[in-house]
Amino acid sequence: MSKPLKQIHLAAHFPGVNNTTVWSAPEAGSHIEFSSFAHFARTAERAKFDFLFLAEGLRLREQGGRIYDLDVVGRPDTFTVLTALAAVTEHLGLTGTINSTFNEPYEVARQFASLDHLSGGRAAWNVVTSWDAFTGQNFRRGGFLPQEERYTRAKEFLATAHELFDSWRGDEVIADQETGAFLRDAKAGAFVHQGDQFDISGQFNVPRSPQGRPVIFQAGASDEGREFAASSADAIFSRYSKLEEGQAFYQDVKGRLARYGRRHDQLLILPAATFVLGDTDAEARELAHEVRSQQVSGATALKYLEHVWNRDLSAYDPDGPLPDVDPVPGENTIALGRASVRQFRDPLAVAKEWRERAEAKNLSIRELVIETTTRQSFIGSPATVAETINEFVQADASDGFILVPHITPGGLDVFADTVVPLLQERGVFRTEYEGTTLRDHLGLDHPDAEAPAGRASS
Amino acid sequence: MSSSLASRSSSPRSSAPLHLAVALDGAGWHPAAWREAVARPRDLFTAGYWADLVAEAERGLLDFVTIEDSLGFQSSHLLEPDGRTDQVRGRLDAVLIAARVAPLTRNIGLVPTVVATHTEPFHISKAIATLDYVSAGRAGLRVQVTRRPNEAAHFGRRTFPRFDLGELHSPPVRELTADLLDEAADYVEVVRRLWDSWEDDAEIRDVATGRFIDRDKLHYIDFEGKHFSVKGPSITPRPPQGQPLVSALAHEEATGAPFRLVARSTDVGYVTPQDIGQARAVVAAVRAEQDAAGRAEEPLHLFGDLVVFLDDTPAAAEGRRDRLDALAGNAYTSDARIFTGTPAQLADLLLELREAGLSGFRLRPAVLGHDLPAITRGLVPELQRRGSFRNSYETDTLRGLLGLARPTNRYAATA
Repeated sequence: MSKPLKQIHLAAHFPGVNNTTVWSAPEAGSHIEFSSFAHFARTAERAKFDFLFLAEGLRLREQGGRIYDLDVVGRPDTFTVLTALAAVTEHLGLTGTINSTFNEPYEVARQFASLDHLSGGRAAWNVVTSWDAFTGQNFRRGGFLPQEERYTRAKEFLATAHELFDSWRGDEVIADQETGAFLRDAKAGAFVHQGDQFDISGQFNVPRSPQGRPVIFQAGASDEGREFAASSADAIFSRYSKLEEGQAFYQDVKGRLARYGRRHDQLLILPAATFVLGDTDAEARELAHEVRSQQVSGATALKYLEHVWNRDLSAYDPDGPLPDVDPVPGENTIALGRASVRQFRDPLAVAKEWRERAEAKNLSIRELVIETTTRQSFIGSPATVAETINEFVQADASDGFILVPHITPGGLDVFADTVVPLLQERGVFRTEYEGTTLRDHLGLDHPDAEAPAGRASS
Repeated sequence: MSSSLASRSSSPRSSAPLHLAVALDGAGWHPAAWREAVARPRDLFTAGYWADLVAEAERGLLDFVTIEDSLGFQSSHLLEPDGRTDQVRGRLDAVLIAARVAPLTRNIGLVPTVVATHTEPFHISKAIATLDYVSAGRAGLRVQVTRRPNEAAHFGRRTFPRFDLGELHSPPVRELTADLLDEAADYVEVVRRLWDSWEDDAEIRDVATGRFIDRDKLHYIDFEGKHFSVKGPSITPRPPQGQPLVSALAHEEATGAPFRLVARSTDVGYVTPQDIGQARAVVAAVRAEQDAAGRAEEPLHLFGDLVVFLDDTPAAAEGRRDRLDALAGNAYTSDARIFTGTPAQLADLLLELREAGLSGFRLRPAVLGHDLPAITRGLVPELQRRGSFRNSYETDTLRGLLGLARPTNRYAATA
């Protein structure tokens, strides 16, 4: 044994607004009632997961000028749910996506510092940018940031938030009833930030929180995104990929840390992953096939194809061949509010490739969409899935996974009951929480306000 | 334009039980409150502190708690920071305090303060709708504006002129205040439309057609106003109460703007009369604005706000106030009447003020650790003995406690 076994990090993403979530299953519950979130969080905590993850949306998705109605629609406010969950859990980290385009640093920093106080040090922030004026129509500042400036804003937003978090050292509140000194220093929380995006000054009015700053997540695999993560993030929320691709990504990102004076273990790589479990591998494969057909109905397949074709395809038969017309080039006007639209930068090439694949394998529209879109990461018996996850982590393709069940809210239960004990038996996953904060669970340093490491510069 | 008070659904009959709320802020409303032995100044930034306060209020069967907030440091100065280190400074986000406490309570309403001047109505609409979900129908908000230049500088999107206290009633300052209050009215309008932007039965989960929602039951709100526009619909489905409680504090002012905000936009307005004569005048002024806004028939509670020092004897209460004033270095003053006395005397006063048309009171405990239990264990039993306060929670939603019906959705097609 040359190398000790790596400890796996596990998190759970509450299933929501995407076609992974099978809302039509008889066991599918509410995606909005608090009882669903509480059940999901308690399961994750019972399984000793590092954290729970909540995505965010700021405008309902539209397709063809109408609100998209085939997936789960609607979700609660991220901060409010996470803070309420702090009341029904004791250790579980609470991670939320919060957009840097349609918020202001002072308010977001207040909310994260408050969440960190109210959860005893369990807050984490997945920093994202918004991509279009469509979302901006719900907000005062509207939608006018060009693509490159959105990223500039995100970086400066995070740097500014760090300045606010660090404006308290942590020893200012003395609250000495005898002497009458509440604050040690009248200037506690004082800050001045002058930048291209934000020119703000004053006093931050939330004292330093248990973690100092929330844990910072960054999603996105572009070169710029990797660099941003290497400089400023504690964890990357990446996409699951094959072992070798995962290893390449892992090496690349971890290799960028040194130039920011950071160690390998200061940035965790946690891909999102789905799973389907069965008593046997064969049963799991059968079940996975069933789930895929529930995730991609004929109507869903046509709507998905419209992302590429950028035109109304409702007249086509989902069980028939791919459309004979070509995609409409240019900005996608048919599907709004979907990140996935951006991945088709060259729709004509995508259409050509899909046609060839469909013809070669004799696939219908629906079969092709199932084949190209559904990514079921782990399929098998609990033993198989535990083994695969462990291999992936030990081979440095990731530091763990953020699991996305396809059933709300009970989809995590079977994983907690069957896979987690096997990982614990192997000695690669905790049997008890060792610390109280999310930084403790993730093995991250507590930030030192006087010598902040790896800060993005503004 | 006129309508008699007696015809209003929310007007208190002399025998109707009072509604009681308590305003939570730091260690209490007196700036030296944190110096008292019962205060827990080191716990102010912990969940346990707030959970204990709200549990105490719920034990007293109170209708709701409000939670103060601001986007800058607390200050003894009306318009700018005071640089003091001998008073409580710093606070947590009020909406999140309410969310943290919600799963630990069952009946009491949770009404955090929301600052309309610098925040987004879209974010607040979904936050309060979500608070309504996590509390199963007990959410509200208290809308507030700020004209402090230092708070504006925390956001950097707008600037407000600095002015002296002497200029408070000058035309430019009145105009600024009126504009901020009108913006707050727009803000509430957006929040309310977003709550209604989903009809109650919009989620259909129709497996046969593969549709999760009936999108004809979701609505764009298409709000266009002076300071912002919002498209909608909300991302969060209509909350359990349909419309969570909206409330605001209003002081008398020559422009009438604060009363107009209460009259146009809220379910509960907090007013600050010093005596029954002022209470009558304030109630009449708000009701006139309500008529002018075309809301004469809609229920609108008016609560009197009072700071309270409660002790077994009037002398003890006075003595405690004097002791706190000495610690603070000056006599405590407030925008609201300051009551010093026994729970029985306070009960007398509340029942007298009720005659002016107030249906309830929001009490601001001078020292939370002392005066909150004095309310729940002294005042409440006193009012119960007089048949003027509930003996148990009659319902588990905030609107229900206040006798407010669940509103129909403005966008729902009328058959």
